[in-house]
Amino acid sequence: MGKLTFSAIPIDNPIIMSAVVCAILIAIWIGHEITKRKRWSWLWNEWLTSLDHKKIGIMYVVLAIVMLVRGFFDAILMRLQQAMAEGSSHGFLPPGHFDQIFSAHGTIMILFAAMPFLVGLMNIAIPLQIGARDVAFPFLNSVSLWLTASAAMLVMVSLGVGDFSKAGWSGYAPLSELGFSPDVGVDYWTWALQIAGIGSLLSGINFLVTILRMRAPGMTLMRMPIFVWATFFTNMLMLAAFPVLTAALAMLSLDRYLGMHFFTADHGGNPMLYVNLFWIWGHPEVYIVILPAFGIFSEVVATFSSKRIFGYESLVYATGAITVLSFAVWLHHFFTMGAGADVNAAFGIATMLIAIPTGVKIFNWLFTMYRGRVRFASPMYWTLGFLTTFAIGGMTGVLLSLPPADFVLHNSLFLVAHFHNMLIPGALFGYFAGFSYWFPKATGFMLDEKWGKRAFWCWICGFYLAFMPLYVLGFLGMPRRMEHYANPAWQPWLILAAFGTLLIFFGILFQGIQIATSLGPKRRAADPDPWDGRTLEWATSSPPPSYNFAVLPEVKDRDAFLEMKRAGIHSPTRYEDIEIPKGSAKGAFIGASSFACGFGLVWHIWWLAAMAALLILLIVISRSMEEETMTILPSGEVKRIEEAGHVL
Amino acid sequence: MSSETRTREFGFWIYLMTDLILFTSLFATYAVMAREGSISAIVDLRQVFLETMLLLSSSATCAVAMVFMERRKKETMLFWLAATFLLGSGFVFIEIGEFARMIREGYGPQRNGLFSAFFTLVGTHGLHVSMGLLWMLVTMMQTWMTGLSSSLQSRMSRLAMFWHFLDIVWICVFTEVYLLGSLS
Ligand code: HEM
Ligand SMILES: [Cu+2]
Repeated sequence: MGKLTFSAIPIDNPIIMSAVVCAILIAIWIGHEITKRKRWSWLWNEWLTSLDHKKIGIMYVVLAIVMLVRGFFDAILMRLQQAMAEGSSHGFLPPGHFDQIFSAHGTIMILFAAMPFLVGLMNIAIPLQIGARDVAFPFLNSVSLWLTASAAMLVMVSLGVGDFSKAGWSGYAPLSELGFSPDVGVDYWTWALQIAGIGSLLSGINFLVTILRMRAPGMTLMRMPIFVWATFFTNMLMLAAFPVLTAALAMLSLDRYLGMHFFTADHGGNPMLYVNLFWIWGHPEVYIVILPAFGIFSEVVATFSSKRIFGYESLVYATGAITVLSFAVWLHHFFTMGAGADVNAAFGIATMLIAIPTGVKIFNWLFTMYRGRVRFASPMYWTLGFLTTFAIGGMTGVLLSLPPADFVLHNSLFLVAHFHNMLIPGALFGYFAGFSYWFPKATGFMLDEKWGKRAFWCWICGFYLAFMPLYVLGFLGMPRRMEHYANPAWQPWLILAAFGTLLIFFGILFQGIQIATSLGPKRRAADPDPWDGRTLEWATSSPPPSYNFAVLPEVKDRDAFLEMKRAGIHSPTRYEDIEIPKGSAKGAFIGASSFACGFGLVWHIWWLAAMAALLILLIVISRSMEEETMTILPSGEVKRIEEAGHVL
Repeated sequence: MSSETRTREFGFWIYLMTDLILFTSLFATYAVMAREGSISAIVDLRQVFLETMLLLSSSATCAVAMVFMERRKKETMLFWLAATFLLGSGFVFIEIGEFARMIREGYGPQRNGLFSAFFTLVGTHGLHVSMGLLWMLVTMMQTWMTGLSSSLQSRMSRLAMFWHFLDIVWICVFTEVYLLGSLS
C-alpha cells in the first residue's frame, strides 16, 4: 500500500476527527434519505450520468456551495485562532495544523468554490443565452464536471487520511520541495490542482467552441449578451493560463517524485522560476474568477433597471483589454524578487493600467442605472453591494501596484484584506447575484426574497467588519499566515475581524434557509420570465426542456428576447424531430478513476495509480467506439412537451 | 465536411494551441536552465539527425494516408498509416536509447536543473508521440474492423493534425535544444 498506513489517520487530533466524523455522518444521512425515498436510480440516471448542460450546471453549483462551506469553516478556525493566540495564549491550533488550514482555505476557495460556481453558471446560462440546444461537446462537459469533483474529493480526503499541504495555496518552492515538505501534503495539493486544472481546461475549450459555433441565426458577435462576452474572454484566459500551471506543477512533481532539480535550492534549481510560472497562471486566474461575475452584474443591472446596458461596446472592449493586460502583470506578486527598478516599474505601470478598463465598467453599470426604473430584487442587492465595496478594493490594489508601497505592505494582512476585498464582492457576490437571478430558470421555483435580503445584509456588514480591520493590521505591521503573535496592539482588531466572520456565518446560514424554503413544501413555481428579462434564456420555460428551444430563435437585436416580446410571440405551427445526447456514465467513471489515480500517486501506491490510469485510457477508447451517442426526440413528443408546460 | 466535424476540428485545434502553451512553458524553463551550462558534450547529433528524419518522413507518410482516406481507399490508407506508425516507433526507440545512454553515462535528469529540463522537454514531446502512436493503433484497428465511417474519418483528420503539430514542436526542440546546445 505504498506509504499508506493506519498512522496516516490523525485519531489523536480531536478537531480533525470531529470534522471527519461530521462529514461521514452527513454522508450517511444523505445516503439514508436517498435510500428511504428510493431515489438512487433517479439520482444516477437523471443527474449523475446526465449530459444535459443545465443539470451539469446545477451539479457544479452544488459542488461549489459544499466546498464554499468547507472553505468557510477553515476561515472560522483561522479567525478564532488569531483572535486568541496573543502572547502567552497559544490558541487551539498547533502551527502545523494552522498552516494546513490556510493552504486548504485558499486552494478550496479559488479552485473548488469559485471555479465550479462560475463554470456552473456558464453551463446554466450560456447555451440558453445564445439560443443553442446544447454545448458543443456534451460528453466532454460531463468529464470536466467529474474531474473537478474528484479533485475536490481528493482535498476532502486529505482531511482524514494524512495531511494537506502546509506551503500555502501558492505552494512556493523550495518550501514545497521534498526537503522541506517531506509528507504527502504537497502531493495532495499538486494532484488536486492538476486534475481540477485539466477539468477547467476542457471546460474552456468546450465553451469557447460553443460560443463561436453554436449561436442562433442572427446572433452576430456584437449582439451577444455581455455575460457571453465575459465567458468568451474567461475561456481565452483559461486556455492560455492553465497549461502553464500544469507545466509548473508537473515539474514540481518531477522534483518530488524523481529527484529532479527544477526548483530546488541546490543543483542548479531555480525556485524563482516556480514563482514566475505560478503567477503567470495565478494572475490571469483571478480574472478568470472575476470576469464572469462582471458579466453577471451587467445582465442584472440592465434587467433590473429596465434599460439597455449603457455603452455595450465599451464594456466588450474593456473586457478584452483586461484579458490582454492580465498576462502582463504577474510580477506584481513578487516585486521583492529583486528584478530591478526598470522591470518593477514596467509591471507596476501595467498593473495600474488595468484599473482603467475596470473603471470603465463601473461607469457602465452606474450609467445603466441612471434614470432607469431600478427594481430592488436580491440580485440587484448583490450588485450594489459589489459596486460600493469593490471600488475600495480596487483602490488598495492601485496602491499596492506601486513597488515602493508594495515593499512595505507585501506579505502583510493589508494584502490579505485587499484580495478578499476583490474576491468576495468581485467574484462571490457576482455568483450570488447570478445564483438568485437564474435560480428560477434553472429549478423552476422562485428563490425566497426575504431570506435572500437578510443574507445579503449579514454578508456585507460581516465583510466590512471582517476585512477592514485587516487593512489596519497591515499598517500596524502584522504579517499574513501567523498562527501566534506577541503584540497586544493587534489583538482587538483580530477580535473585531472574528465578529465579522460570525456575521458572515449568519449570512451563509440564511442562504441555506433561503434555499430550503424555496425548494421546500411552500415553494412557488416560477414563470418563464419572472424578471421581465431581455435575453434569450427567458424565452424558454422554467426549467427549460432538455432541448432548450423547440424552434431555434431568430435574433434581430442585442436584447433579443425583449425585441421578440415587443414584436409579439407566436407559438410555432410545426415542430421538428430533435437530436439530444444520451446520458453516459463514462464521465463519472473517468472522474472516479482520476481520483483513484491521484490517491495512488499521493501515497506511492503504484499499482493503484497504474491501474486507474489504464482504466481511464480504456474508458476513453470504449467511448470512441460507441456509435449511437445521440437519440431522437420525435416531433410529436416535442409538441406534447411544449403544449404541456410552456407559454410560448 | 459536416458542421459537426468542423466543430470537432475547431475544438481540437484549440486544444493543440493549449498544448503549445504547455510546451512553451517547458521551452522557457529550458532556456532559463541553459544559462547555467551546456549539454553539447553529451549529445550525439547523428542520432538526433536520424530521429528528425524519421519523424519528418512519418509526417509525409501520414499526409499520404490522408489523401487515400479522402479517396476512400481503405487498404492503401491503412498501409500508409502503418508506415507512419513504424517510423514514429523508430523515433521513440532511438529516443529511449539515447536517454538510456545518457543516464548510463551519469547525465540523468537528477544531475542538475539543466538535465532535468532537458529530459522533461524532450521526454514530454516523446510522450506525446507515444500517445499519438497508441491513438493511431486504435484508429487503425477500428478502421480495419468497421470500415471508414464518417466519424472515423473525422477522427483520423484530427490525428493527422496532432501528428503534424508534434513535428513542428520537434523542429523547435531540435533548434533550441540540439542545434543551439551543440553550438554553445
Ligand atoms: C467568506 C469569508 C472569508 C473569510 C472570513 C476568509 C478568511 C481568511 C483568512 C483568515 C485567511 C488567512 C489570512 C492570513 O494569512 O493570516 C485567508 C486567506 C486566504 N483566503 Fe480567505 N476568507 C474568506 C473568503 C475567501 C474567498 C471567497 C476566497 C477566494 C475566492 C479566499 C481566498 C483566500 C486565499 C487565496 C488566501 C491565502 C491563503 C494562503 O495564505 O495561502 N478567501 N482567508
Ligand atoms: Cu496579480
